[in-house]
Amino acid sequence: MLRFFLYRLALVIPTFIGVSIVAFAFIRLLPGDPILLLAGERGITPERYEQLQAVYGFDRPVIVQYLDYVAGILQGDLGTSLVTKRPVLQEFFTLFPATLELALCAIILAVVIGIPAGVFAAVKRGSWFDQSIMGVALTGYSMPIFWWGLLLIIFFSGFLGWTPVSGRISLLFFFEPVTGFMLIDSLLSGQAGAFKSAVSHLILPTIVLATIPLAVIARQTRSAMLEVLGEDYVRTAKSKGLAPKRIIGLHALRNALIPVVTTIGLQVGVLMTGAILTETIFSWPGIGKWMIDSVGKRDYAVVQGGLLLIASVIMIVNLAVDVLYGFINPRIRR
Amino acid sequence: MKIRKLTSLLAATILASGLASAASAKTLVYCSEGSPEGFDTALYTAGTTFDASSKPVYSGLVQFEPGTTNVVPDLAESWEVSDDGLEFTFKLRPGVKFHTTDFFTPTRDMNADDIIFTFERQMDEENPYFSYVEGASWEYFNAMSMPDLVSSIEKVDDMTVKFVLTRPEAPFVANLAMDFASIVSKEYADSLIESDTKSDLNQKPVGTGPFQFVAYQPDAVIRYKAFPDYYAGKQPIDDLVFAITTDNAVRQQKLLAGECHVMPYPNPADVQSLKDNEDITVMEQEGLNVGYLAYNTKVAPFDNAKVRKALNMAINKQAILDTVFQGAGQAAKNPIPPTMWSYNDSIEDDPYDPDAAKAMLEEAGVTDLSMKVWAMPVQRPYNPNARRMAEVIQEDFSKIGVEVEIVSYEWGEYLERSKAEDRDGAVLLGWTGDNGDPDNFLAVLLGCDGVGGANRAQWCNEEFNDLIMKAKTGTQEERTALYEEAQVVFKREAPWATIAHSVVHMPMRSNVTGYKMDPLGGHNFEGVDLAE
Repeated sequence: MLRFFLYRLALVIPTFIGVSIVAFAFIRLLPGDPILLLAGERGITPERYEQLQAVYGFDRPVIVQYLDYVAGILQGDLGTSLVTKRPVLQEFFTLFPATLELALCAIILAVVIGIPAGVFAAVKRGSWFDQSIMGVALTGYSMPIFWWGLLLIIFFSGFLGWTPVSGRISLLFFFEPVTGFMLIDSLLSGQAGAFKSAVSHLILPTIVLATIPLAVIARQTRSAMLEVLGEDYVRTAKSKGLAPKRIIGLHALRNALIPVVTTIGLQVGVLMTGAILTETIFSWPGIGKWMIDSVGKRDYAVVQGGLLLIASVIMIVNLAVDVLYGFINPRIRR
Repeated sequence: MKIRKLTSLLAATILASGLASAASAKTLVYCSEGSPEGFDTALYTAGTTFDASSKPVYSGLVQFEPGTTNVVPDLAESWEVSDDGLEFTFKLRPGVKFHTTDFFTPTRDMNADDIIFTFERQMDEENPYFSYVEGASWEYFNAMSMPDLVSSIEKVDDMTVKFVLTRPEAPFVANLAMDFASIVSKEYADSLIESDTKSDLNQKPVGTGPFQFVAYQPDAVIRYKAFPDYYAGKQPIDDLVFAITTDNAVRQQKLLAGECHVMPYPNPADVQSLKDNEDITVMEQEGLNVGYLAYNTKVAPFDNAKVRKALNMAINKQAILDTVFQGAGQAAKNPIPPTMWSYNDSIEDDPYDPDAAKAMLEEAGVTDLSMKVWAMPVQRPYNPNARRMAEVIQEDFSKIGVEVEIVSYEWGEYLERSKAEDRDGAVLLGWTGDNGDPDNFLAVLLGCDGVGGANRAQWCNEEFNDLIMKAKTGTQEERTALYEEAQVVFKREAPWATIAHSVVHMPMRSNVTGYKMDPLGGHNFEGVDLAE
């Protein structure tokens, strides 16, 4: 198992180098000069332009800039944002807990509803229940997140007044962040009603962000279950007279979960993409919104640093999934 | 059963937050459109940053009188200009206090040292704050040519400061009312050097303004409280909160749900429904901007004023206002907006008359004209949809037999390429005023010095240029007369088709009182109150 883990870990290194190059090149390949964008209609004199190029270090050859960037990464320095003049790493860690909190809630919701829905659909294959679950899943999968989020806000917040429109907690509550996770910080603050407010703010964004993963997980669980339910050992179990609950829960589901776990791991990437839009709609102060703004302003340091950090998170999660997979299915360890 | 439980949980939450909001009636929540880049105003150029830094926290030597572009005293009680126009001496207001916060307690009142420090850190490379954050560049200070303009800043005594200029420049005082000239505390800056936390000057601001900084959670919330010792008196509200909400549809929902009191930049299509809502008041004002189509007056046949005039008469501005501005615009006849002093309202706009335009083109000997129209790739206040605007113009010009090809480039490229003196085609662009001075439009955008740069029409007219150069000095009456005449020359020569000034809408809850719209586009909550 250790060898398997080390092997997987070794694979991460070339991926990481590749990502660093892609992240560095990506923002530079986009047309648009950050200095000209910063100057806008006001314009800039050629002398001033040269001065600023020197200030930002853009006057050096690209390869020197890249090596400097890599040297920075190795020392844990991802550079300074051109726009806010704050260290990229500091900005990332201020905002990342918000994204993580939302993503965790979303994936939990997707798993908790998606897997049982998939199982029931498979067991009742062809029934109206199956058809409607899969119909809803397909709709969820095809839903444009932006439109869906706005629709929920208008209905639940605007029309019914049940949930707050946006943000992480009511503005009436004010405390310094400790962990960055609002659910935990609101409890730690000891302020009455803070936790409830944090929960109520999480409901809509969690639903929106969970929609696509939920649909994918439900569909994946259903097809994996169907495959397993047709296996010989299930038939054997049935003929032995085992209770259906036991067959489905113990024998079938456990085996069906193997491909589902992979799917859940892959959904982390989807969650990050979804977070960008969800955070924009719900004014959720996470890294999605931060990245979008930075691409618009060609904030080189933030985009390349942010991409690298997000890619690292996805790599770590996938590594964890691979290892988990190894536990569930001993055959792949070899 | 479960659904019922969920419903009652939600109901309880809403009840709790409703009660709590009743208990803190004097908190004004502003749903701002974005995060500030930082809090040291002079490092930045974005209005969003100014709204969060200079407007609430700082004061300047002078300020724009709320709701106007007139320059009035702020930290300076009065000022004198020497006869040669080179020396500006400011007498400071005594007894002005800096904010006392968790992180700084001032031991003295504002004095000349603070004024000198404020500007020296932007112009003197030896100043410890000149590059105190990585990439510090003092862009606005440079953009307003202050390094060339200011030769020295002298402390006459504790309460008197003298600026010596390299050349006479009447708009100089208006420059000092701009956000980059917000006065920072030298004592605070010195204390940060001692504690080796200089970058806090950009993260925990200390000023003399109406509100003092409390906390900022990036991309989420900024909190301020009323400064009890503000020299002009404590504000009527106790707390000011910026709830950062980037999407305009969401801002609107928050305003309707009572989660904020004021929101900027509504979607133009939604303004009418907001106006119809009795809980909401929508204020409106012309923005201090102009959107225009600049011909290249150095390239035939656009070097002929008659051709330019004919093309101007072919543009249906009303159609542009309806389709592009969706009502949030006003037709422009002059290169400066109507809220600016010296605006010449006696000028008649060119009528929309395609037939006459066609005849004029023929008179000028121009047939089978084809041209390029450049459409900006971005949305700006003075032009919310340049592509659509270019299409309307394309259709208008086709009616007089002029064929238009629409071109566009990435924004940085667009700005750079459109400067070329041999540029092919007419450019859609615009300008938002910096300091409320006509010089900031007429000299920057149409002066001979700007050819090959901000003067996209590449237009150098001696008569016009003489007028605006003369207007750089003198009293406001003298300058007004010169600018009014310059606008007549502009209209006659038509280097641009002046298209529109935006109309800015500001929706707010009906219980918000005392809000004044800033023609310069800022959002300022000084003097704002909440009715019971």
